[in-house]
Amino acid sequence: MIPEIGHFALLLALVVACVQGSLPMLGAAWNRPSWMAVGQPAALAQMFCVLVSFLALTQAYVVSDFTVLNVVENSHSAKPMLYKVTGVWGNHEGSLLLWVLILTVFGAAVAAFGANLPPTLKARVLSVQAWISIGFLSFCIFTSNPFERVFPPPPDGSDLNPLLQDPGLAFHPPMLYLGYVGFSIAFSFAVAALIEGRVDAAWARWVRPWTLAAWSFLTAGIALGSWWAYYELGWGGWWFWDPVENVSFMPWLLGTALLHSAVVVEKRDALKVWTILLAILTFSLSLLGTFIVRSGLLTSVHAFAVDPERGLYVLALLAIAIGGSLTLFAWRAPALKAGGLFAPISREGGLVLNNLLLATATATVLIGTLYPLFLEALSGERVSVGPPFFNLTFGPLMVPLVALMAVGPLLSWKRADLAGVLGRLKFAFLGSVIVTGAVWAFSYGGPVLAPLAMGLGAWLLLGTLSEWADRVKLFRAPLSESLSRARGLPRAAYGMSLAHAGLAICIFGIVGSTAWKVEEVLVMRPGDSVTVAGYDYRFEGVQGQEGPNYQANRARFMVTRDGQAVAVLEPEKRFYPVTDMPTTEAAIHTTGFADLYAVIGDPAPVSAEDGAKGRGWTVRIYYEPLVSWIWFGSLVMMLGGFLSLSDRRLRVGAPRRRVKAPALAQPAE
Amino acid sequence: MTRKRRRLYIVALGMLSLAVAAALVLTAFEDNLVFFYSPTDLKEKELPEGRLVRIGGLVEEESIQRGADNRVSFVVTDLSNSVPVTYQGILPDLFREGQGVVAQGSLGPDGVFVAREVLARHDENYMPPEVAEALRKSGEWRPAEESAAQ
Repeated sequence: MIPEIGHFALLLALVVACVQGSLPMLGAAWNRPSWMAVGQPAALAQMFCVLVSFLALTQAYVVSDFTVLNVVENSHSAKPMLYKVTGVWGNHEGSLLLWVLILTVFGAAVAAFGANLPPTLKARVLSVQAWISIGFLSFCIFTSNPFERVFPPPPDGSDLNPLLQDPGLAFHPPMLYLGYVGFSIAFSFAVAALIEGRVDAAWARWVRPWTLAAWSFLTAGIALGSWWAYYELGWGGWWFWDPVENVSFMPWLLGTALLHSAVVVEKRDALKVWTILLAILTFSLSLLGTFIVRSGLLTSVHAFAVDPERGLYVLALLAIAIGGSLTLFAWRAPALKAGGLFAPISREGGLVLNNLLLATATATVLIGTLYPLFLEALSGERVSVGPPFFNLTFGPLMVPLVALMAVGPLLSWKRADLAGVLGRLKFAFLGSVIVTGAVWAFSYGGPVLAPLAMGLGAWLLLGTLSEWADRVKLFRAPLSESLSRARGLPRAAYGMSLAHAGLAICIFGIVGSTAWKVEEVLVMRPGDSVTVAGYDYRFEGVQGQEGPNYQANRARFMVTRDGQAVAVLEPEKRFYPVTDMPTTEAAIHTTGFADLYAVIGDPAPVSAEDGAKGRGWTVRIYYEPLVSWIWFGSLVMMLGGFLSLSDRRLRVGAPRRRVKAPALAQPAE
Repeated sequence: MTRKRRRLYIVALGMLSLAVAAALVLTAFEDNLVFFYSPTDLKEKELPEGRLVRIGGLVEEESIQRGADNRVSFVVTDLSNSVPVTYQGILPDLFREGQGVVAQGSLGPDGVFVAREVLARHDENYMPPEVAEALRKSGEWRPAEESAAQ
């Protein structure tokens, strides 16, 4: 009964979305306020329907209702409760439902908090939002219905892929979707503005908080995914330039560009057409990210089983959304009036450069990701594009970007004095030279570029600090004045500093773990010892363990350094009988400056003579310097985003007017 | 500065960055495109020794042999041709006999494929498209049996 209610609610949501997609739009065109007013209640009703539907599916998972096909295929009665709930979105149908839920929540948030939007703009935004809903709801209902029943119901389910039974991955999809879908608001605003034919500073002020929220969530989502890959796959790597990773990274890159160009629209009324285009492209890439992997078009080492039947529907949806919005752009964009002027060397100029570099970097990632697809379509040859390609194309583009990031915030609007700005960065420059020299001396004989890359990270970090110190007049005014200035700085300024500093921390982590990682693969017998990067690992042996829905072999390593105990590492190799799948659980000890990482493999002969007797275990030990800084840096970036979001000037897009209640929820929720 | 001049600067900068990106992409493509060969392709097309390629097919039943120092050898087959493969390292969790596999490496002088990487799958039911394609080409693709076997 409850699954039928869920199914019915989903159909109802589609009907509501159709109403919401037509009446307000027509009302705005024909100037009928009563039609436009339909948008707000419709958006709320739509969200309510999808929420009911989502809860119905969750209920089926929680009580293990094996009359529902989706539950049978992806759940099992012995699964821990956490994974029963997160299993709702651990599969194609459920994750699509989650996508739609988040989409409608964002739509409802615009309806609820957009009280001071001009009525025609609000009506159009809600209608465009409903068009996206229609596409997704019909995809969900007609090709991937999560409520399909099965008769006779099997006694038990076939369980969720054990790799997904993990807290890191459990919350990765919702975060990622909050990011992807958040960009839909920027998209809807862009399309609405194109239809309306007007873009002004107020428009940018409404768009920016949504973009900022989406960007922060996407940052968290990508970081969670990479963290999961790091500890769950047992390869010691955290980024593989795999298509699945790339498609989540591209919207992030372009979303970052959008975030910055929206500032120019807001402050200087320039770059309007470009910002509109960015908003459209960012969401297009999000759609690509949601779908291209699920449709089975791309081969990925992360790939999950897919149904090729859905591919066509997905392609049609992508073609309509991307093609339609770009056509609208080509038709309407020339009508937008160009805004303020600026000199090449100015804050605007810096942001233009930022946008160019980010867009170019996105293009290279896109080429590398889609090239195999095109080549196969054209010549039938199958190729793959590996990490070296991305390192060689993406890497060089990031160097000028990061170098500029320290300079940009110091430039003034309209026209800046470059010599003066560089003068204010002399301490940062000096500091980064010292860091480069120190790292070079410390790691003599290691990779040549690594010290320079660390120096670049230091340049960004110190440059960001200098900018802040400059604003509060640190050491140039009495401390009390600096303090009161620091308190007076808007949160958006702190947000920017935090986000930039977060990236610098990330860079340290990326460089450290790439350049100085030590990897040791060997066969060990209980009692054997091995030294990796100065740490001694003593292998104590392997014990059998029983988990709730798996069996495990748990190994034990005593880690010492110069005779001092450091850690006990207990990696596991698990076996899930229901899905007949083994998984690797790495053991990780972090010192803050490096991770000690151990993985246990299969039993293996120690040497050729031993044969089947005297067996040891395959063991992998990694020493990963600074790797945890990557995720710490991402966290700092995300916090920067949210801090900036909480700035009063941005909250709920109230232009110049004070928002009365600070208790007003942030738009992202 | 006129609006036109400014736009010109921006367009020029855009072109410049695109040109740089294009140059980077082209040079990187030259060395980093990895082509896919099925065991039949390996036999029919002359593959220069030492060139990095990907091969894919099924791991032949009872062909996995574990040696010392984590050396593993197995045979990859598309059911009409097969190629012996050696690999040193830990195999992915889902590597097993009778199932699809993709390996990246190069062909040695003795005709043995030396894998540098054996790619993992995350899903029991997932068949790499290249492998499915290779099996289909050799006329041995039986999707029904494939899903029944799982």
